[in-house]
Amino acid sequence: MTDEKKNKVTLIMFSGDLDKALAGFVIATGAAAMGKEVTMFFTFWGLKIIQKGGPTGTSLFGKMLGFMNRGGVDRVGPSRLNMGGMGRWMFKKMMKSKNVAQLGELRDMALDLGVKMLGCTMSMDVMEIGRGDLIDGVSDCVGVAAMLGEAAESETTLFI
Amino acid sequence: MSETMKADKELNLQGLMCPLPVVKMSKAIHDVPVGGVIEATATDPGVLADIPAWCKSTGNEMLKTQKEGKVIRFWVKRQK
Repeated sequence: MTDEKKNKVTLIMFSGDLDKALAGFVIATGAAAMGKEVTMFFTFWGLKIIQKGGPTGTSLFGKMLGFMNRGGVDRVGPSRLNMGGMGRWMFKKMMKSKNVAQLGELRDMALDLGVKMLGCTMSMDVMEIGRGDLIDGVSDCVGVAAMLGEAAESETTLFI
Repeated sequence: MSETMKADKELNLQGLMCPLPVVKMSKAIHDVPVGGVIEATATDPGVLADIPAWCKSTGNEMLKTQKEGKVIRFWVKRQK
């Protein structure tokens, strides 16, 4: 029974920052490459990384949030030194010059390796982001109990 | 003179940075039969620790490593 625990990894992607998202995806793809069953649970700011990038929100606040917190992999910036977007651009250039995979590529690689991506229904509801605003790779939208269920079976659970 | 080992497949990982070497290795391993050997080259120094860890996790075997300047050449055997 304990052997099954050795093969699961759960990542809670709370942050919508480029640097943290990158770390999360490197860990997810690395774990998947090592034969682990990986689940990524995207909540709050993390939802940005699995959004298609269009406008979101239905109420006034929801629309304002959707405007200021536009989703999509191209819009995530580093947690520090974003400098109005300059930092994001600089980081992307540096990564490209050193042949490090970009966030979008890592996300596609993760999906290709069978990483399961889930959206958090609560934060989706609060931020007024619908299932249709998320990329196709997201297999389901679940609540905390489902996430904890996965975490309980995982050898490693990380909050990013 | 560097020794060469007989390999069933060659894998060029040069210029690729973490996590790509292990990701590509995990895919390439299915291209050789059980007992088959992959000869790989990489430039990311992280592979020296990553590939053995990957082997341990997936049950495969790292046969040999050798450094050729900036390039690291290693052989991995598929065990299952």
